[in-house]
Amino acid sequence: MRAIRSVAVNVFRESVRDRVPYNLVLFAVLLIASSYLIGQLTAGQDVKIIKDLGLAATSVFGLFISIFIGIGLVSKEVERRSIYALLSKPVSRAQFVAGKYAGLVLTLAVNVTVMTVALYIILAYMVWTEPPTIRAGWDAPGTDPRLLKAIFLIFIELMLVTAIALFFSTFSSPILSAALTFGFYVVGHFNADLKNFDRVVDSKAAAYLARGLYHVLPDLSAFDVKTEVVHGLPVTFGYLASTAAYGVAYVTALLLLATFIFSRRDFK
Amino acid sequence: MNRRRDAIVLALAVAAFGVAIALQMTRDRSYPRDERLTEQILYVRSPAALKRMTLEFDAVLADVYWIRAIQHYGGDRLSGPRAASKYLLLYPLLDLTTTLDPYFNIAYRFGAIFLSEAYPGGPGRPDQSVALLRKAIVAMPHKWQYYHDIGFVYYWRLRDYQTAALWFQRAATQPNAPNWLTPLAASMLGRGQDRAAARFLWQQIAKSEEAWLRRSAQRALLQLQALDRIDYLDAVNTRFPPAAGEQYSWPRLIAKRLLPGVPVDPTGTPYEIDPATGRVRVAQESPLFPMPEEPRRLQ
Repeated sequence: MRAIRSVAVNVFRESVRDRVPYNLVLFAVLLIASSYLIGQLTAGQDVKIIKDLGLAATSVFGLFISIFIGIGLVSKEVERRSIYALLSKPVSRAQFVAGKYAGLVLTLAVNVTVMTVALYIILAYMVWTEPPTIRAGWDAPGTDPRLLKAIFLIFIELMLVTAIALFFSTFSSPILSAALTFGFYVVGHFNADLKNFDRVVDSKAAAYLARGLYHVLPDLSAFDVKTEVVHGLPVTFGYLASTAAYGVAYVTALLLLATFIFSRRDFK
Repeated sequence: MNRRRDAIVLALAVAAFGVAIALQMTRDRSYPRDERLTEQILYVRSPAALKRMTLEFDAVLADVYWIRAIQHYGGDRLSGPRAASKYLLLYPLLDLTTTLDPYFNIAYRFGAIFLSEAYPGGPGRPDQSVALLRKAIVAMPHKWQYYHDIGFVYYWRLRDYQTAALWFQRAATQPNAPNWLTPLAASMLGRGQDRAAARFLWQQIAKSEEAWLRRSAQRALLQLQALDRIDYLDAVNTRFPPAAGEQYSWPRLIAKRLLPGVPVDPTGTPYEIDPATGRVRVAQESPLFPMPEEPRRLQ
């Protein structure tokens, strides 16, 4: 456990050294600028748009961090040959993979937390400045705590994307890993279509293949409840729990596969 | 030495940017581009395809299309009487917005009011208003406001009182519907139309939380007020016609002490009078122009 923690803390420190927190400043500036601009451009939908933008930005910035840092987690160590020094220490390959993953998830957690706080500050400011008559027209309260449901699922989705990136990073080059991870991300959002493939094809084999792919590929569209929370529509605890559990199970499977592949790699 | 070199490089970069901007401005002045063409571009026309392409960012893109719809409508409305392409993109933009975010309540209601508004205030397409509101009902079947809005379009724009009453009745059966919907539907079926029903409906819309909806309703209420006044002035002209060889005019009525002065509409703009027929109308320069075309039985 100590070994995992040490690797994780190092990944976190490295991400800070790599100026990853700069995106937080960008996020804050984007939100503040948009809150002003949107007020000039649109007809009284400022709060909805700020919520949409805040959630989408949390997702996009997190996605960039997941992919672009995730793909280099293992391959960078191999390229720089620092892997030799690392593995000569009392750190197993499984601990190395787990530590690298935990470090990036920690970076993501800090990012998502800061972005969430920034979003709520802007929303609180909107609530404070808008008169009650305008607030009465909002679909959901300005500082609606239900937004946290969407943020929670965004975080689980980012954990999953990080696991995909790390998985590819154990056996592929950074560029190929980035392309594959991004491909999985896109396919993951179309995944739900595969489930009902039998409605559009006659071939039973093709339908079974599509159904198989639906289960094997990550089902990322399930993590998107942004529209629902922004409009104050119900997202049940059961849905949150089952989707999060699915995400955690998928991450576990990917990390085990990554460990399996990484353990068999010969660095001689 | 290095500092000096850096300063020179920086100064050259700033100068180059300055030259680029100056050249751009000169080119724009000399060769103005047809901006109407770029305004009218809708890169993706299929809402379903666009929804697929946006992955998990459909809500943000819905906001972008919503802002575009507002800008398109506002820009065309302010541009004065222009080509027939006015408001051409309003429905496609609102359709895209509401497909990307099916719960975008205000986009549906905006469409209900402004798609059906007669030219030049809107494209005069009540059919598109109804189509958008029917889409809203599919997404949110228990919101009475959409049924009410369809009824309103049938009543105010299409003059189809039977259908309007039917939609008001449907609105009345939805959860949290106000209790005035059932008597409204009954009165519409029972005694056709009167201006009071129109006034009542606009008064309900004037209570909306959305400022632009309130403004639209307030303008319509002022127009109804102007119509009341026009009815009165027409009656005065009918009762006191000019003598042979004389024309209808305000000074004639003022001289006879029938009016205290030139009558003005609720915005303070004087009414116009037709010298030959005596028919009174709102002046073209009045903010209330053009006036709504009233249903036959309304008058």
